[in-house]
Amino acid sequence: MASMRDIKRRRSSIQGTQQITKAMKLVSTVKLQRARASAERSKDYFTCMYDTVSSILSRVGNLDHRYLQPGKSSKKAVIVITSNRGLAGGYNSNIVKLITGHESWKKEDIVVYAIGNKGRDALNRYGYEIRESFPELIEEPAYADAMRLSDRLLAAFAADEIGEIYLAYTSFKNTVSHIPKLLKLLPVEIEGNQEESSALMNFEPEDTEALDMIVPKYITSLIYGAMKEAVASENGARMQAMDNATSNAEEMIADLSLKYNRARQGSITQELTEIIAGAEALG
Amino acid sequence: MADNKVFSLRIITPDRHFYEGEVEMVEFNTTEGQIGVLPGHIPMTVILKPGILKIYEPENEKEAALHSGFAEILPTGITILAEIVEWPEEIDVQRAESARERAEERLRTHAPGIDVMRAEIALQKAMTRISVLK
Repeated sequence: MASMRDIKRRRSSIQGTQQITKAMKLVSTVKLQRARASAERSKDYFTCMYDTVSSILSRVGNLDHRYLQPGKSSKKAVIVITSNRGLAGGYNSNIVKLITGHESWKKEDIVVYAIGNKGRDALNRYGYEIRESFPELIEEPAYADAMRLSDRLLAAFAADEIGEIYLAYTSFKNTVSHIPKLLKLLPVEIEGNQEESSALMNFEPEDTEALDMIVPKYITSLIYGAMKEAVASENGARMQAMDNATSNAEEMIADLSLKYNRARQGSITQELTEIIAGAEALG
Repeated sequence: MADNKVFSLRIITPDRHFYEGEVEMVEFNTTEGQIGVLPGHIPMTVILKPGILKIYEPENEKEAALHSGFAEILPTGITILAEIVEWPEEIDVQRAESARERAEERLRTHAPGIDVMRAEIALQKAMTRISVLK
């Protein structure tokens, strides 16, 4: 059995860790609330945007527009949104798995635009091509940043450097459930919704030109919304991970306390036995 | 169609609900020119250009600087998805003035490597901000 001193040292070290995880949990709870509120505020914009774009697309049908057809290049650009810091449970590795585990994707075809250090480092280790990295974007998601990123991607798309654009992020369902998602940005695909909408919509300027201007805004809003949701998910995931860590520490401390008390009792008993044996031998 | 005097206006930005209410008329600048929208307008989607947004409420009038985005007009209401829109009190005059000077300077010198389109848009934005304040 480990000595009393060893047990005591180990227990106090775990107590120290527990204090840290507890504090981290509190911090991410506060951050989560803030990130969540701001994610919800931008959700309306995104929903409206999605509705408008899908109603436009359902009306124009099979228009031969450059944003609706895959590009000539076989390369796929993937925007990977992860965090800059770890200790968030499976948050980052789930996103990475989404890409490494994709059946039909070949490593050579993927170019990664990384938002967040953790995803970049992991994908780099797996040998993916990291085209660009923006670790600072995730700290304070701003619409202007999303706009710059989508401009760059659309320019690469227009120059036939990439043929498709994807977005990998963690969608925020609620505090306890965050789902890693892979979203196709370009060519634009809107699910199902082919039914004729009630009112006939007119465009000024024409359909094609309107699409030229609306699609970049649509992609920007998707990236922006995804960044907001990812921040909320990150803090949610960290809060959960730290909560688990704290209760695990609790368990270990209880276990060690028991062991410590047993060892203490054992040593007292042994001492007594020795004294009594000594006294008997003398008497 | 003219039985309704008011219709609903919603202005949404990526970060907030900028405006929501019943209005009599809305005026703004689009790629095709300045337009005013009354209740019962035919369904239309327009792309916005930097300009002053005028909201005519039944009781009073409001103005704001609207820079980019697009609007979906329906007979019963308008939804404006704006990337940037500001109330007059949110505008920083000094910044707008200096932005105007910068843009004008760029357009005047026509130095190589300058994106003329960009400078023009910047100038339009700055002018809009300044004129909303006046």
